Amino acid sequence: MARSWVTPLLFLLPAFAVYAAFALYPLGRAAQFSLFEWRGFGASTFVGLQNYVDLAGDAAFRAAIGNALVLIVFYAVIPLVVGLVLAAILRRGQVRGMGFFRTVIFLPQVIALVVVAVAWRQIYSPVGPLNQVLEAVGLGGLTRGWLGDPGTALASVGFIGTWVEMGLVMLLMLSGMSRIPAELFEAARLDGAGPVKEFFAITLPAVRGEITVALVLTIIAALKTFDLVYMTTSGGPGNSTTVPSYEVYFRAFDLREVGSASAVAIVLTLLIFAINVGVTRIGERES
Amino acid sequence: MRRRHFLGTSAALGGLGLLAACAPGSDGGGGDASDGGGPAAGDVETDIASLGDVTLTVWDQEVRGAQNDAIEALITAFQEKYPNVTVDRQSQSFDDLQQQTGLALSGNDVPDVLQVNNARGDMGAYVADQLLTDLTGYAEAYGWEDRFSDSVLAKMRYSADGVTFGEGALYGLAQTGEICGIYYSQKKLDELGLEAPATWDELFALVDAAKEAGEQPIMLGNLDQWPALHVFGPLQANFVPAEEIVTLGMGNAGADWTSEQNVAALTQLAEWGTSGAMGDSPNGLAYDDAWPLYTKGTGVLLIGGSWLAPDMEAVMGEDLRFMAPPPGADGAVATTGGTGIPFSIPAAAENKDVAAAYIDFLTSDEAMQLIADNGGMPVNRTAELAPESGVNKDVYEAFDAVSTDGTLLPYLDYATPSFADTAGATLQEVIGGQTEPAAAADALQEDYAAFTEGS
Repeated sequence: MARSWVTPLLFLLPAFAVYAAFALYPLGRAAQFSLFEWRGFGASTFVGLQNYVDLAGDAAFRAAIGNALVLIVFYAVIPLVVGLVLAAILRRGQVRGMGFFRTVIFLPQVIALVVVAVAWRQIYSPVGPLNQVLEAVGLGGLTRGWLGDPGTALASVGFIGTWVEMGLVMLLMLSGMSRIPAELFEAARLDGAGPVKEFFAITLPAVRGEITVALVLTIIAALKTFDLVYMTTSGGPGNSTTVPSYEVYFRAFDLREVGSASAVAIVLTLLIFAINVGVTRIGERES
Repeated sequence: MRRRHFLGTSAALGGLGLLAACAPGSDGGGGDASDGGGPAAGDVETDIASLGDVTLTVWDQEVRGAQNDAIEALITAFQEKYPNVTVDRQSQSFDDLQQQTGLALSGNDVPDVLQVNNARGDMGAYVADQLLTDLTGYAEAYGWEDRFSDSVLAKMRYSADGVTFGEGALYGLAQTGEICGIYYSQKKLDELGLEAPATWDELFALVDAAKEAGEQPIMLGNLDQWPALHVFGPLQANFVPAEEIVTLGMGNAGADWTSEQNVAALTQLAEWGTSGAMGDSPNGLAYDDAWPLYTKGTGVLLIGGSWLAPDMEAVMGEDLRFMAPPPGADGAVATTGGTGIPFSIPAAAENKDVAAAYIDFLTSDEAMQLIADNGGMPVNRTAELAPESGVNKDVYEAFDAVSTDGTLLPYLDYATPSFADTAGATLQEVIGGQTEPAAAADALQEDYAAFTEGS
């Protein structure tokens, strides 16, 4: 007796209705808005793909995309490398107060990003703790307004991201490593492998799945950064720290170019999607 | 495979949504109900008591301590004067109000009185869409043109098509005033053996002298990008005729950012920025960190808005003084300043006559007294209401001098919807030395020209 094909769909319906109402419909509307020239109120003009064409020649938009790609290094790559090494060390050594350290390193994930941004703005201030420490240790020549110098602003914002994401990555890695049977390490040690060899031969391949998850999460965080930039630099100095999400906000609410803002949002969505499909594919293929 | 199928379904559904939804903004609104034209003076009903029971809906953003106290007191007094009127007041922060005003005005259920920011991106856009009432008739009936100085009223005037800013019909009325000027520490000037500068040359000399004495001449925190506009505005008036700055600042056609005088003004700002006259890293310091530093003794001068006076005075007391900038290029004093957020009447408002009476009451002589009593700066009668002593005495006198005898220059970011960003980023680069003054002038001109030629 063949079951009706409708039944499983009915089970899916409630969840799908919520998903459609709060995710698909807004996405569809954003895609639609991106084809119009509209100020958010009053009449709108259909302009087809003109908003996208304009973006191609828009220096601020290109700067935003470029900055977002740089931020991936700070949000995803550095936390991954550091998180892996930290986790490997924590797993090996019998560190006293392990729970305490784990909590401290994970703490940035729990604090609201606005609070994080305000705190770091103080740290980076020309009269802030960072410069005071540099002065105290005789590196007064390095002091500067970290967020006000175009050469350091993006890296300074990025480093906040590193600080925030590191705990998440480390925790993921630790949980992955805890699944590795202790016999494997014992066998490797009997074969004469040192800590480094052990790391590359056993630990790293075993946490490949966790690495993929960590990369997906942190890359998404990097590409959709908004709060940190909004609260620390407003995209400045000049355009040196503007990011796509900030451009969306700025275009929609300050310039009242809802069409252009939606176009940026759609491009950003596609970019996040494409990069993460790539990461997932690589992660799955090799495992 | 399953995932691809799911994605396909999602895309198809999204597509359906696209087809089903109507074009943004096409579902009509209250804006159609009226053409934004206001009544003639003869048609204005000023006898509010005769109108029967009325509930007046008011949206404002006067939420901070002293402002809130003043408005509450005024509303109570207004209701006592007209027992048949009940004021339904809804207040929220400036940002919140500003972001929903567009949607609110295009709907059918609009407030009777609403605070609308003067800038082109806000008031200008609503005027162009005929969402606000022309108040010219009310101004005549209530004598607002005698009550306010022209320089102040100009900040709330637009042509009916929203293209010209600063002339034309009146679309709002403000209660309070504000002005950018120069704060100085009397103690520090005494130590340097100098007087408050009477000319710009004296001011430049003061900056040099302070620097030689090892002081930071000017305090600026420009991480937020916009604070530099409040320094550049007064400085620009030393190089560029006020009339030209007004044209540039209001985004009207006919002026040029790349003129020799504008480049000279930008060059002076660059000189201050790169020589360290404004500290080692003004672009790295936040606005709200800068003025507390000033109150603790860093910096001889601080160029900024009058709204900082009460908080800074709380720390510095009598040491803190304020002055309007020295006379500008054309001999008269001119500086950036303007009004608080004006009160406007939406085109679709139900009780326009009562709304106008309310706005009249908010800007009356008694209201000015009440605002002054609560520590704010009233837009009218400023000189006579000035306190006996303290920095607010300086502030009141400076505002009065500029608004009656000089020119209140518009905030430069009024000019075009994108000018806040363009000017903020450009001035930051000028101060940081990353952009040459001439190139900065080109960038500003590009934004200004694109707007004035496009409209």
